[in-house]
This record gives sequence, structure tokens and C-alpha cells, in this order.
Amino acid sequence: LAPWVPVVGLEIHAQISSNSKLFSGSQVQFAAPPNSLVSFFDASLPGTLPVLNRRCVEAAVMTGLALNCSINKKSLFDRKHYFYADLPAGYQITQQRVPIAVNGSLSYSLCIDNKMSQMVTKTVRIKQIQLEQDSGKSLHDDTRSQTLVDLNRAGVGLMEVVMEPDLCCGEEAAAAVRELQLILQTLGSSQAVMAEGQLRVDANVSVHHPGEPYGVRTEVKNINSIRFLAKAVDYEIQRQIEELENGGTILNETRAFDSKLGCTVPMRDKEGKQDYRFMPEPNLPPLILYDAKSLPANMNHQQVINIDWIHERLPDLPSVRREKLVEQYGILPEHSFTLLNEDGLAEFFENVVKQTQMKPKKVIGWILQDLLSYLKQHSLTVKESPVSPVLLADLLSLLEKKEISSTAAKQVLAELWKGDGRTPLEIVKEQKLQLLEDQNELEQICQAVIDRQENE
Amino acid sequence: QVAVALKEGRVTPTELCQRCLSLIKSTKFLNAYITVAEETALKQAEASEERYKKGQPLGVLDGIPIAVKDNFNTAGIETTCASNMLRGYISPYNATVVQKLLDQGAVLLGKTNLDEFAMGSGSTDGVFGPVRNPWSYSRQYKEKSVPKSHSEDKEPDWVITGGSSGGSAAAVSSFTCFAALGSDTGGSTRNPAAHCGVVGLKPTYGLISRHGLIPLVNSMDVPGILTRCVDDAAVVLGSLAGHDPKDSTTIQDNFKPFELPNLTDVSKLSIGIPKEYHAPGLSSEILTIWSKAADLFQNAGAKVVEVSLPHTRYSIVCYHVLCTAEVASNMARFDGLEYGHRSNMNESTESMYAATRREGFNDVVRGRILSGNYFLLKQNYEKYFIKAQKVRRLIANDFVKVFRSGVDVLLTPTTLSDAAPYMEFIKEDNRTRSAQDDILTQAANMAGLPAINVPTALSERGLPVGLQFIGRSFQEKQLLTVAKWFEKQVQFPMIQLEEVKRHDHGVFQHQKSASFS
Repeated sequence: LAPWVPVVGLEIHAQISSNSKLFSGSQVQFAAPPNSLVSFFDASLPGTLPVLNRRCVEAAVMTGLALNCSINKKSLFDRKHYFYADLPAGYQITQQRVPIAVNGSLSYSLCIDNKMSQMVTKTVRIKQIQLEQDSGKSLHDDTRSQTLVDLNRAGVGLMEVVMEPDLCCGEEAAAAVRELQLILQTLGSSQAVMAEGQLRVDANVSVHHPGEPYGVRTEVKNINSIRFLAKAVDYEIQRQIEELENGGTILNETRAFDSKLGCTVPMRDKEGKQDYRFMPEPNLPPLILYDAKSLPANMNHQQVINIDWIHERLPDLPSVRREKLVEQYGILPEHSFTLLNEDGLAEFFENVVKQTQMKPKKVIGWILQDLLSYLKQHSLTVKESPVSPVLLADLLSLLEKKEISSTAAKQVLAELWKGDGRTPLEIVKEQKLQLLEDQNELEQICQAVIDRQENE
Repeated sequence: QVAVALKEGRVTPTELCQRCLSLIKSTKFLNAYITVAEETALKQAEASEERYKKGQPLGVLDGIPIAVKDNFNTAGIETTCASNMLRGYISPYNATVVQKLLDQGAVLLGKTNLDEFAMGSGSTDGVFGPVRNPWSYSRQYKEKSVPKSHSEDKEPDWVITGGSSGGSAAAVSSFTCFAALGSDTGGSTRNPAAHCGVVGLKPTYGLISRHGLIPLVNSMDVPGILTRCVDDAAVVLGSLAGHDPKDSTTIQDNFKPFELPNLTDVSKLSIGIPKEYHAPGLSSEILTIWSKAADLFQNAGAKVVEVSLPHTRYSIVCYHVLCTAEVASNMARFDGLEYGHRSNMNESTESMYAATRREGFNDVVRGRILSGNYFLLKQNYEKYFIKAQKVRRLIANDFVKVFRSGVDVLLTPTTLSDAAPYMEFIKEDNRTRSAQDDILTQAANMAGLPAINVPTALSERGLPVGLQFIGRSFQEKQLLTVAKWFEKQVQFPMIQLEEVKRHDHGVFQHQKSASFS
């Protein structure tokens, strides 16, 4: 059987972290009472006009720069028309002709063989990033034959990140999206929490034989976590391969991922091909951005965005942070990967290192094995850890000074998890876990044990 | 002049308001108003009166009764666009221009009638019925009209106002208000101004905020100003122009309101006469009036030159494509979900949308939506929409070239003929009429230029004929100065309406054109 080459391209919508919406002043907030964050413009009241939110543009520029894109100094807004209950104006304002950023790349790491012992770096090309409006939410109530519409989300700013189809499987897709998520969170341009709908991923999947043209692709939607992303992509690849090997054909359709069943199913709602009748948005002039060179002399700073200024102020991206951790603390790349992968873990580690005598190379083991496994077992985030960096640091210092054995240390840690306020030193004293150094004392104890044995 | 009267206490704002309101009642047969906001108007008048008593009027417009076309949002007062789709719609906000007028103390009498969603050139296609031109009932028209032989119909053969801002034009023309807001997308303020014998100003695109003006074509719409004299138009312009952060298409530059100088020497002026505006269908009468006007300038020492705007003849087709495309887009929001008419059909969301839109829109609107969607289809976009945009650029460039060659202002007719009788007008459909009537006014919208209709003379039938001046971008002061000079020269007669005579002794009839400034 000829081998199959899967091709995966992702379209990611990241909700911009901002106080107000992309084109109106209403607030952006998750889980507010229905229709409580809707301005006249969001409700598409006739006569209202869009006004561009500066913060959203800055977020898109930051993200574009972090993804090595060229920022278009002139970009345009367009209307994309379709009728749906959650789209009050009957069109979405997006950037179809000239988006704000193009031609970037995203590097991400994969572990080979799932062992975390060998990591390889891969790259996926970013086709473009565009600014667009989010839609409202509609809930279909079939029992009462009605649709409930909540417009709180209508008009919230989105960055659509379009990736080239450089990925080949679920694992790559998951790793790439995870890295993107970390980048967005580091920049602060999006909180990127998938569970709250701040990061949505659609996967385009197709398969073909090497040397032949790309196969027909399907679009997979309704993926609610990174774990499900990997599952959905792998399932769809498998489904397509089986279908084709059985002599069937792949339809160019949209499918939904059913997380309960772990498979993709055709979506009834979406029709075949829609003509969106794109038209330039006449109420928004072209978006002009400047850099240090092109910035006009007497421009009001409130009215312009300077790309170079933003570039200078970008925080360290995850990849840079990882390198710095490796360099500064002598830990392995895999270690720094895990440190950044858990929210707050890197800070925790650094805090412990600051406050303990134990060397970072040894501390890392305690963090990644003991602490992390406890957190996972109890489904806790780093922030929720009953063991604070100070407590762990004290414990590790005791170990380092050889006042206790490593077995004893693990016992103390178990006690610390109870979170009852005792310090490591208190626990050690209580449970008499101190290492004895005094030769005579040791001899006495051993002798006492031997004596007891003889008496029985 | 009435502002002076108010200041001097010769008349009070409430008196003025009441007179206008009762005149509105007596001229109800004109059907110029859709909604008369009697209570709120009187309250506003009272508030104004208080200010005058204290000697603290807000400005020239304080206490002046005005009317607003019913496609501008007015908080608490119904805004219908003369459509079933918005019947009963009470907007929660004021359009920026409405707010500005109210902030100046103007008294909002009501909302005026129009063609549905401003689509039309007759003000005959709204759900509240057609607007009648006040001149139909003027002595001047009645004297000239042939009496109907044995008609039971005592009604004269009434003529249309033109459109789509016919209600506003009729309101100003019949003295029921001192100024009115219209809108102008292809001529909708200038056309009815010409037919009703009033001044109709289309400002430069981007000078006045469109926030709150229910859009027809976002890239061409402007709020229009209708008044009885050019000075009044300048005053209203002064209170409305300027950047609005709520409208991203308004220019940022600071606008300074101006007073119009009394031009005496026109020798430094260059007037351009575009030959393409000698359009097919132009009545010989209007041609004559236009020529006389050109001579008037020449004899006064101005330089009058023939110029060419070669792409004029493509403007109708170009406008049709761009207008319908934007209309299709702008009307997409009317689905019955959030506001406005909602059909009882509830089998599915889609069927509800379809029924709502069929019930809510008249066939003119639906026709334009269908055309527009056709032009926006992927396979047609390049051929039609993009092409039309390119042609639009050419049309705009024609004007740039002409103004660069030294011409200050262009002089053209505003309409092809005087106002048609309603029964004649409706023989052709809306689309045909619009295509014919817009030819002289529409290019200014394509190019975003300021233009103004100045009532010039009466036709043989005793009906108003106006001429149009087109100026340079953002050069309203120059444009209006020339218009004012011309207005002074032609001394357009005042309408002689029974109802107006009955209602008023002092204020309306005192001055020639009963202006407010």
C-alpha cells in the first residue's frame, strides 16, 4: 500500500484581550448576563458607525511581530455578508483584501517518542493575521422551537491567525497551538483560554499520496481543547485514509468534532459554498501604521501607532525565556519546556532557587517530579499549591545541608501538602526525621535494636 | 431676520413654534410631515423663551423651528424612513447633526416625508404617501395652469416636490419651518430644493457627521441643508460641520464657522460651464435660464468659460452599480430580530427573515437589494463593482482637472425640467425616473464635492427652477459666497400661498425670503 501524506492547516481565532470591543465602546467580559454588554452599534441599530479600537490594533501588531510577520503599514477593512441570527448587521467586518500582518512563522517543539528526553524544533508558516469582529452566540432550543440570541460577544475583537498547511498530524497541531497560546498569553494580546472561547481552532485536513496533488480537504470545527485538537485531527486523517482505501471519496465539507464519541461528524448547519459578497467597508478609512522612519513630525501621538515603538517593548517570548532558563540555571531544554508549559511553574521554580541553598539542577527534579505530580494528582494549578516556594525552599535547604535524608524529605513534603501551616523544620522535629551525625548516638541505637532482637 | 426678531423680543419662541405648528396643520394636505412632535417642540420653545428672557440665547439658532428628514435618528421620536420596516421604531439616540441643532436651542417640529429609505427622486414612494409640492397651490402656478374642463376634482393638478428629501423641501417652502435637514446621495437635497424653490446645500463629503443618518450609500451620503436663503444655509452649516469621533469618515481638520461676505466684485471669479450638462432631456426653458445666468456673471465682469467633464455620461450607470451594492449591504441588518418590523412567519429563522423583508421593504428597495447582491457576487465583482470604482475615480478626476485649470465654481442646471405633475411622474417607474433625474446632481456625490441649488426663476408654468453651483472640496465659503451673490441678483419671487398669508402677518411676510439670520 502506498503511504499517505496527511496535510493539516489551522485557522485560529484569538479573542483580543481589551476593555472594549473592536468597533464600539461596549465592554468585553466573559459570562455576563445575556445582552448586557451590547452597544447600539453591536445591535446594528440603523445609523450607527464603527470606530476602530486602538488597543485591538496594537494587540494585532504585537502578535504579528512576535510571529515574525511583516506588518502591513496600510491595511483595509471589508464586509463579509451572510445571514445568521448571531450576526445582527448581516455582515461581519473583517480584513479580506489586505490584512494587518502577513508572512510569518511559528516555531514549536515536539518530543520524540513521548519521552521528554529528546526535543525537536519545527516551524509552521503563518500566512496572515487579520482583525475581525466576533459574532454573538445563538442557542437553539429545539423543544420550544426557538433560538435564543445573546449579543454580548458580538463585535468583540478577534485576531484570525491563518497557518499554512505545514502540519502533518494531531501532535504537531497540538504543539503548535500550545506554543501560540503561550505567546499570546505572554504578550497579553489574548488570554487565549480555550475553555472560555478565547481561542478557537478550526482544522483543515486532507491526505494524498506523495508526488500527487493535495487531496480534497474537510474543515473540522467545534474543537474545545488542545487535547481534543490532536484527537480530532488524527481521527479525521484516519477516517479519510480508510474512506479512500475503501474506494470512497472525500467531500469538501465541514465536520464537527464530537468529543464524547471521539470522532468527526458532518455538520448539518453549514451549506455548501457560500458567496460572501465581500465589499470594502465604506465607513472605515484604510488603517495606516507608522514606524520610526515614516512617522510624521507633528502627529498627535494619540492618533498614531508606531510599529517600532511596539517592537522595542515586546516582552521575552516563551522560546527566549526557555533559552534563558537553560543558560541561567543549567537545566535541560526539556525541563524549561515543562516549566513554561505549566502556568506559574517557571516563577515558582525561580522563587525556590532564590531562597534555597540547593543547586537549580537539583531543584528542578523536585519541581518537575515531586511538586508537579502532586499538583496533577490533585488537579491543582501552581497558584493553588498548598506548598509555597518558601516552604519548598526551606525543605530543600534542609536536605542540602544533610540535616535530613532524601527519603525523609519526601515524607516531609507529603506532610506539607496537608497545608496546615507547619514549616518543614517543625515537621522534621515532630516526626524525629533528623539525620543523626553523632557516631556514639548511632552506635547506642543500633546496639539497642540488636539487644531487643536477642531478647525476643 | 427672525433671529433678530427673537432677540429683540418682537416675537417669542413659543409664538413662533405655535404658528409653525398650526401652519403645519393647515397644510396637512401637502403630506410633508410624517411625525409632528408637538409636545416636545413646545417644551423646547418654552426652554428657549426662558433663555431669551435671561438674555442668554445659545446662539442664532435658539428658538428657531426646524424639521428633520425621517431618515435621521431622533431619540424618543419615531424614525421610519417612510418604510414599513421601521414603522413605530423609536430610536434611543439622536443623530449627531440633530443633537447639534438641539444643543443650539433649535426647536424640532417633526420628521419629514421622503421616498422609502431615500430611494427615489420624487418623494412619491414612501409608505405614507407622496409629498405635494406647495407651489401646486401657489397663486403663481394656479394662474398659469389650464383649468380642467369638467373635473369634479377640485384639486389642482398637483406637482411633485422631487426627492428624496421632498418633505423637508416642502416644509421649508411652505414656511412651516425655517430650516430643514435632508440627505443627499445622488441629488436628494438639491433636486427637491430646485422644484420647491428653496436653497438646498450638499456639503463636502466628510465635513458633516453621518452618525445617526440611516445610510443609503455610505461612501456618498451627506446630510443636506434646506433653507430659504443662502445666508441661512451658511449659519446651519456653521453649527453642523466639524469632526465627529463617532464618524470615522469625517475629516480631522478644525472647522471654523464663517459669515458670508457680501460680494460686490466678481471680476476675479472664474465660472465654469460644463458642456456635458447640456444633457439630453434638458428643457429649453431651463437651458435659457442657465444661459442667462452665465451671461449675468459675464456681464458683471466674471470670467465665464466652457469646460468639459468627459465622464459625466457614465455616472448614472456607475452610480447604479455602486449604490445598489452598498444598499444591498446596508439593508442586510433589517431582519426583524433586534428592532423594526418582524413577520409572524416563524417556521424557521430564514423564513422569518424572508417574510419580514418582503413585508417591510417596498419594491424599489427590494429591487436595489437584488441588483446590488448580483453585482457583489464573486464572479461579478471585478466586472461591475471594481469597474464602477474605477469609473468613479475618473469622474472625480474630471473635476480635479477642471478646478486645477483655474475655475473656481461650476454653474449647471439642477434639474432637467420644472416639477412634473404627479400623474405624469408615476407613469414611469422609480428606477427610470431616478436614472433620468439624477444626471445633473449625481456626479458631485461621486466626487464628494460641495454643491448648492439656488432658486433662480419661475418657469412658464409658474413653478420654480433652480441652478446649481458646484465648488471645490471643503471650499464651502467660496461656494456659498458666489451663491449668495447670484441669489441677490435674481431676486427669486416668494411663494404666494393662501395658508401662509392667513397664518401670519409679521414674521413670515415681512422680509422677502423670511430668513432667520
